Amino acid sequence: MTVIETEGLTKRFRHVVAVDGVSLAVPAGARFGLLGPNGSGKTTLVRMLLGLVHPTAGRVALLGRPMPRDAAQVLPRVGALVEGPAAWPHLSGRTNLRLMDAAGGGGRRNRADRVEEALVRVGLGGIGARHVRAYSLGMRQRLGIAAALLRKPELLLLDEPTNGLDPRGIGEMRALLRHFAAQGTTVVLSSHLLSEVEALCSRVGVMSAGRLVLTADLDTLRAPTGLVQVRTPDPAAAVGVLNGQVVHRNGDLVMVRADDPAALNARLVAAGVPVRELTALRRTLEQVVLELTGPSADRVDGGRS
Amino acid sequence: MIGVELSLLLRRRRVWLCWALLCALPTAIAILLAVTKIVPPPGPGAQFLSAVLADGQLFPAAALALVLPIFLPITVAVVAGDTIAGEAATGTLRYLLVRPVGRLRLLAAKLAAVAVFVLLAVVFVTVTAYIVGVLAFGVGPDASLGGTGGITSLSGVVLTPTQLAGRTALTIAYLALCMLALGAVGLFFSTLTDSPLAAALGVLAFVVASTVLLPLDAAAGIRFYLPTRHWLAWVDLYRDPILWRAVRQGAAVQAGYVLVAFGAAWANFATKDVTS
Repeated sequence: MTVIETEGLTKRFRHVVAVDGVSLAVPAGARFGLLGPNGSGKTTLVRMLLGLVHPTAGRVALLGRPMPRDAAQVLPRVGALVEGPAAWPHLSGRTNLRLMDAAGGGGRRNRADRVEEALVRVGLGGIGARHVRAYSLGMRQRLGIAAALLRKPELLLLDEPTNGLDPRGIGEMRALLRHFAAQGTTVVLSSHLLSEVEALCSRVGVMSAGRLVLTADLDTLRAPTGLVQVRTPDPAAAVGVLNGQVVHRNGDLVMVRADDPAALNARLVAAGVPVRELTALRRTLEQVVLELTGPSADRVDGGRS
Repeated sequence: MIGVELSLLLRRRRVWLCWALLCALPTAIAILLAVTKIVPPPGPGAQFLSAVLADGQLFPAAALALVLPIFLPITVAVVAGDTIAGEAATGTLRYLLVRPVGRLRLLAAKLAAVAVFVLLAVVFVTVTAYIVGVLAFGVGPDASLGGTGGITSLSGVVLTPTQLAGRTALTIAYLALCMLALGAVGLFFSTLTDSPLAAALGVLAFVVASTVLLPLDAAAGIRFYLPTRHWLAWVDLYRDPILWRAVRQGAAVQAGYVLVAFGAAWANFATKDVTS
């Protein structure tokens, strides 16, 4: 089943085209990352998926049903974090979750258990009666994710899920999202943090200036470049053995053009050249995205530096 | 959803502060009157004040007349202006909508919460004023002691305590309806902006505009539809027999405001892009 399907989705805010003809399909069980610089239309796209913003043109189907028409049936099966967490500041985190659960028509039975389970999942199990007003950014983020997890969603749609978390918190959140993905939950992340998407997703979509400029599997994007980097205490001998294949040499590093790193290694060892390190170079996601996308929309000088 | 809204309302310190301030003003006036015994001359609204020295049981009516022109509308503006714009400002609006809470259901629940707020506000003022009034001015002389055995109405006829209680209940209902009309306008304004302050000020501007237009002869044609024109119609409930005409007309106009404003709020909010 296709969990997210859009066709020619377009949103125009007065004179600005925020999202421009996006056709996207995310299959069930996928871990999908939506990438793009600030202002490329990621958030508006997510808001249209959830029925918060009405498309100017095109159509959206979520979990196989048209949005926003079937929002009442679809959204209970979706957990979402949109542009940062939000909570009623004058209430405790626990009360916030209880009220959100009640607002969404979650039954009174087991509500306390559901809320407790979600809090424990995100590491807020021991949270007291403190008001959200006094929470740190990281705690608010955890609370926002807890709210998204309240009803065992089939689709998690998370905009910048690790915003405000420290490195340990980021690690925990990744583990949590992997856990849900392993259970069959479709996870869609939107982020401008490439490492975030790289660590979690198997497929990415890249947005630039409102358009979806690329969708591809991460493995394809990061295919080997045909270059192998060799570190050796005897670079001169290595260059001698690999005559003609060496692209350049820098200290104890030798950059070699080779399709099969294993064969290259065997050749060097057979010739008596000691190898300390051998790496098949891949393009980073960062390179891919930077090649595809224009300057950030929050830059106003046209990207000339 | 109404339960959620009430829970949010009652846990807000601002709301309790509004109620406390509404009760504090009549209390302060009662104390001043009781200490100085200086009574304002009879006039619209102050009609009751001149009578309270004789019988504290009339003080609730006087208190309502005191908070009605400014205090009560301000609190309604604050609470009603906050309904949607406040959720937008804290960002909880988007999370409520994706929970999902239907947009019509959200508006209806918000209006219901405003209704509870205004009703409790009027009830609290009435109850506080009754207690304060009786404590400060005592109850008029009993019939067995040669007194009238009741409250003298504005038309000079004596009302029994039961009659007085019934008329007070009608007054509470009427004023709550007037304030709900204002609240519905606030709800509409609240869907237009993401700033609760702007919505609240809009409501106050609406009240001021109505008040300014009221005495203007050039506005005679629309005078009947100005909400503030009907605010003092409840005074007729304290005549004997009750003069129903103004009360009935007022109730109809206020109910019309509730319907029109709620409809406008729905028309605007139903397809609004939520970008907060």
